[in-house]
Amino acid sequence: MKQRTRRSLAIGLALALAIGVTSVAPASANSVGAACAKADQKAKVGKVKVICKQAGSKLVWTDTRVRTVEVSANAIAGGKNAQTASWINNFVIPKFTLANAQKGIQVKVNFTPKGIDDNAFKTQIALDLSAKRGADIINLDGFWIAEFADANYIKPLGKVLGAKKVKAWDGWSQMPKSIQGVMTYDGKLYGTPSGTDGRIIYFNKQLFADAGLPTNWQPKSWAEILTAAQTLKTKLPADVVPFQLNAGTGMGEATAMQGFLNFLAGAGSLIYDTKTKKWQGNTKAVRDMLTFYDEVYNVKKVGNSEWQQLAGEAGRNLSFEAFSKGKLAMIIEGDYLWRGPINPATGNYKMQDRNTNVGFARIPSQTAGAGVNQQNFVSYSGGGGYVVNPNTKEKATTWDLLQFMNSEEAILAFMSIGNTVRITQRADVNAVTLTADPCLKFVFDRAIPVTFFRPPSSDYNAVSTLLQKATADIVQGKTVAETAAAYETALKALVGAGNVTSN
Amino acid sequence: MATEIKAGSRTDKSGNAVLRGGAASIFLSPATIIIVIFLVIPAFWTIYLGITNYRLTGFSAVDQEIVGLDNFKRALDDPAFFNSLKVTFLFTLGSAIFGQAVLGFFLAWILFGLSKRVRNTVEIIVIAAWMVPSSVVSFLWIAFLNGDSGTLNAILGSQTRWLIDYPLESIIVFNIWRGTAFSMLLFSAAVASIPKSHLEVARVAGATRGQQLRTVVLPAIKPYILTDILLITLWTFNDFGPYLLTAGGPGQETELLAVFIYNNALRFLDFGYASAIAAIMLLINLILSLIVISSGRKRS
Repeated sequence: MKQRTRRSLAIGLALALAIGVTSVAPASANSVGAACAKADQKAKVGKVKVICKQAGSKLVWTDTRVRTVEVSANAIAGGKNAQTASWINNFVIPKFTLANAQKGIQVKVNFTPKGIDDNAFKTQIALDLSAKRGADIINLDGFWIAEFADANYIKPLGKVLGAKKVKAWDGWSQMPKSIQGVMTYDGKLYGTPSGTDGRIIYFNKQLFADAGLPTNWQPKSWAEILTAAQTLKTKLPADVVPFQLNAGTGMGEATAMQGFLNFLAGAGSLIYDTKTKKWQGNTKAVRDMLTFYDEVYNVKKVGNSEWQQLAGEAGRNLSFEAFSKGKLAMIIEGDYLWRGPINPATGNYKMQDRNTNVGFARIPSQTAGAGVNQQNFVSYSGGGGYVVNPNTKEKATTWDLLQFMNSEEAILAFMSIGNTVRITQRADVNAVTLTADPCLKFVFDRAIPVTFFRPPSSDYNAVSTLLQKATADIVQGKTVAETAAAYETALKALVGAGNVTSN
Repeated sequence: MATEIKAGSRTDKSGNAVLRGGAASIFLSPATIIIVIFLVIPAFWTIYLGITNYRLTGFSAVDQEIVGLDNFKRALDDPAFFNSLKVTFLFTLGSAIFGQAVLGFFLAWILFGLSKRVRNTVEIIVIAAWMVPSSVVSFLWIAFLNGDSGTLNAILGSQTRWLIDYPLESIIVFNIWRGTAFSMLLFSAAVASIPKSHLEVARVAGATRGQQLRTVVLPAIKPYILTDILLITLWTFNDFGPYLLTAGGPGQETELLAVFIYNNALRFLDFGYASAIAAIMLLINLILSLIVISSGRKRS
């Protein structure tokens, strides 16, 4: 018995050791060393000053301090935001390291790839920052800025790096104020934006043609969306889902941006009135928006309610997959769908006929002119950017890196990866690139002019979660009246009864 | 054990060595310190957070206010909290008591009558389910129950969306599968400890297997049944594993108490409220533990 125990212990130990040994990454080729070697070579032909010397077979730097900076983003090669991951790994890090090596500075940039749900990423970053740790440069969604700033987790760029130093950068002149707004809170700039985006309705032209609908379709009211969906449902095979309207808490903010925010704006009221500082409670706009969900999922049954109820972002991914395979006819999404998931070159759900078979339409108001500002059409924009961790120990290098990441060269490199274009933070780049892409051109020309941004309030996220829950309740079959009432009760508990409008 | 009693120690009634107060506290202090650091302080910290409006982000992350019993009142007004209590109760009843304990016992009882080789094989298979890491197990089960292309649907030739149409049932079956090994092992040991002669006498007297079970086995292992049920109740009550399958959904249909706390804290970042619920959960745990301890005392 004892011997057996000892033997199994020994086997276990050996296994553990084996696993341990294989999981330790082999020492990677020293990229700094390589850069140094390159620089050294150039130095020999007299192009740059000598910064490292051969000492036997070893490279020796004249300045021995290694400046280590870390970049954090929810991006991973072959998965989520693969383009960003590839850009950081294959362009930003080697180029920046080399450029510094040529100046005689040893820099090591670390990037830990992540491919997790956005909510989980946000929690992770918040926990890091609350413990005064985390990466030096962090990729944040623009609408997280308010709550992170209020929590003192992040500080305005000028405060972290020195106002004069930040102002001195010539890149600002290329960065439109409207796009800087993505990373601005309370009039202060917290980071550099990485461009912006907009929401539209994508539709499959082939499926529309099969159902006898026009391939240059543009609905002018919510009713016209529902009619088209109904037609698709009756004319097309049962395995084709007519319409995807994000609902539920699993998808998190995707339910807000691609879903209810547009329909609140289309019903004439923004979720938060920045003048009166009041949130929409059980109002007509909220009930109308929920009624639209009810029509889609319960009355006309033109959506796939399973997708809305799956855990995490699984449902959203299934909708991408279905759209890429011609099994979904209409979907409201940001230009992310076009650039990312269904990108025929780099997407997770490559759609080979994307360029010829996808049509674009603007999201209509409830009826013509019923939207906020009497708009006929609405859209929502977001976007993220990079903030500097106030606890960084390498301010100078971090700021250098951030400027480099926002340089024209770097942004062009970003877009050349996977051959995709996006609305960037730089006017000089946009002027050249946007004309080449039909979707981005549509979003920039047609959606951005009618777009809205999420309210700069640290309560926004919690309110958004309540409305996500409300849409989930509708999908699960609760009535509009009881859902709207329950939402208002929860909202009042959250922000205080005095900050809620109801009518 | 206590054959050589040195000076400075004394013996209790049954003759075992007992250390004097001073020496005892020295030996106990490392354990006590660890318990205080990792158990007592966090418990009080949880209760403290429960009376604040602390959120991970926003203004209240910087200066949290004491809101008294507001969070507890909110819990008592919150249908979602009662829903999660109900879900936890059903989950515990279904998977721990009716599932693991009953199934574990019958596995042990059936195996008891079989050859050693068969017994060992079945035990290894059941224990394997217990030993595989949760993350791996959850992947297996998601693949197994998947609505479009799951193994179960392939076997049955059906199209059922198990995790959506039968979420609570799914996680109950999942947890039975996951945890039966413990009960089975415990009962195997208990059944094996019954003197062979008792069963032989019963058999000679002409008792059927069912009668043997009722008149000899069950009375003999009663204390073990109690221990088993109390332990697995405690574990199942605090279980977080099903989160890996359903994340508490769809809606809140599988939002166990532990998942409810997690969602409020780390998804909605509302640490104050989550801590209040955790404090309530702590209280329930305390009561369950007291029952375990007092039943243990009674037995000895």
